[in-house]
Amino acid sequence: MIVAEDYETVADSRRSHPAQRVLVLALIGVLLLLPLWVYPVLLMKLMCFALFASAFNLLLGYGGLLSFGHAAFFGGAAYVTAHALKVWEINPEFAILTGVGAALGLGLVIGLLAVRRQGIYFAMVTLALSQMFYFFCLQAPFTHGEDGIQGFSRGKLFGIVDLADSTTLYYFVAAMFVASLFAIWRIVHSPFGMILQAVRENEQRAISLGYSVQRYKLGAFVMSAGFAGLAGSLKALLFQFATLTDVNWHMSGEVILMTLLGGIGSIAGPIVGAGLVVTLQNHLATSGFPVTTVLGATFIVCVLLFRRGIVGELRHRLPAWRRK
Amino acid sequence: MTLATVPAQHAPAGSRAALSARGLSKSFGNFQAVNDVDIDVHHGRIHALIGPNGAGKSTVFNLLTKFLQPTAGKIMLGETDITRMDPAHIARLGVARSFQISATFGDMSLVDNVCVALQRPNGLAVQFWRPLGSLSRLRPRAMELLGRVGLADMAARRAADLSYGRKRALEIATTLALDPKVLLLDEPLAGMGQEDVETMAGLIADVARDCALLMVEHNIKVVADIGHDITVLQRGEILTQGSYAEVSADPRVREAYMGAEDDD
Ligand SMILES: Nc1ncnc2c1ncn2[C@@H]1O[C@H](COP(=O)(O)OP(=O)(O)OP(=O)(O)O)[C@@H](O)[C@H]1O
Ligand SMILES: [Mg+2]
Repeated sequence: MIVAEDYETVADSRRSHPAQRVLVLALIGVLLLLPLWVYPVLLMKLMCFALFASAFNLLLGYGGLLSFGHAAFFGGAAYVTAHALKVWEINPEFAILTGVGAALGLGLVIGLLAVRRQGIYFAMVTLALSQMFYFFCLQAPFTHGEDGIQGFSRGKLFGIVDLADSTTLYYFVAAMFVASLFAIWRIVHSPFGMILQAVRENEQRAISLGYSVQRYKLGAFVMSAGFAGLAGSLKALLFQFATLTDVNWHMSGEVILMTLLGGIGSIAGPIVGAGLVVTLQNHLATSGFPVTTVLGATFIVCVLLFRRGIVGELRHRLPAWRRK
Repeated sequence: MTLATVPAQHAPAGSRAALSARGLSKSFGNFQAVNDVDIDVHHGRIHALIGPNGAGKSTVFNLLTKFLQPTAGKIMLGETDITRMDPAHIARLGVARSFQISATFGDMSLVDNVCVALQRPNGLAVQFWRPLGSLSRLRPRAMELLGRVGLADMAARRAADLSYGRKRALEIATTLALDPKVLLLDEPLAGMGQEDVETMAGLIADVARDCALLMVEHNIKVVADIGHDITVLQRGEILTQGSYAEVSADPRVREAYMGAEDDD
């Protein structure tokens, strides 16, 4: 049954409200003050994965496309950024741009091949191609195989601001994080985003309205790859380290887990999911519990209890949230 | 019924059809679903495609709009050969269609459903950097179209929550948003109450003044009232073609129909 307030929600669910803006500003304020209480490196790691999951959600939550190969963009960009810092010794902003550029290019190639397929076949193509990329990284000399790329300095932002200081780095990462989330929010809430959601809702109908749906899917795929790449580049900058773990299929699985845990199709969902997974991993790493088992169990419990993900379930159950 | 009865005249001889097919055929494996179908749809006229269940009517629709690739035959849109074009391209050339199983954007509001149809013709489909507010200029037109099919007062509801008949109406509003040259409607009146059937049939007759319209319809009364040209399909082949008077006089048509109605 439909209650009266649903009419408003449906009509306005994609538009921002004053209450939402206040909330967002408050959260940004918290983000600015948080390093006073919490270890900044952990916070930065959280932001990297939250951005990765948000990039993934752009594709899954709004485009309805399940990629099993997003590690290629995350880890690929991490390698390129690390290489650019270590070997080319360029400024960090250019190193990040190069990493993102590589992710966009890789996204275009993998996307072109994948968007021709649907459903599980789409997922399989992305998995196969990202595994090919993994083996490339395993063999290519510039990645230094099992050792990875390490032992480089972060350099100076614009040649002025030294990122060696973790507080400075924190504010840089936080700024990139907030700007990226805003960009993703804008893409989702744009004319393009409307068509993307229409394609997800009913592909046949979208085609019959004259939309070449593969182009919209490809657009979303490349954008998602770009943001995943930015997350990977920031992670490489943060840990001064790029390794095979970031291009491994485990990483593709992890980002799916984060996104589904938090809930697809909302901006907050993947952030909450990433926060949960990274925090759990951090605690478990020192406790001696088998990390994968605990994560798997958490995932199963969440899927059984809240099928919409944590944020999705909250929004569904709390009417006050729905009006926002 | 308040509809004007259609004069039993044929399409003007020699005038080029807006949409036409020759020798249209489709087989699924060994099964010949459509066999050697010729069909012409003229501007300003309603062409009704009728026939028992499984005759191949929807398959003909999917062939004409290229959602399926014909195994043989040729399809012309005016002067343009569209036999090898992809369906989105054909839609952009002005061919709009509805689906037998209602195709709506379920999780979107009715007004957004129509807005999505308006976005491309208004050049507002690829801008990923602009806010949604840029679409607000499409809303008055979307509301007008919803009003035309009697859905204006529920514009903010989710499409998925509509009744079957209302989804059909929404589909018609969506196709009209394209300002089609050729409109193909697959059972547009299915699931509607008697009152809505009359209004909607009137609307379809009205719309057809400005386009070429092909529709599949099981409601024979409506076909008789608003159809100009009729094609009867049976087991993928054309049984007969002509005006309603001509077609209904054919004993084979009666037989085909009686047979089918017993099955229901
Ligand atoms: N994709 C397909 N693969 C195999 N067979 C198909 C396919 N599509 C349709 N058919 C078969 O082709 C025949 C014609 O189907 P179609 O849907 O065109 O009939 P119809 O005239 O629209 O019937 P109805 O009045 O029930 O809508 C049916 O026997 C159907 O089973
Ligand atoms: Mg049919």
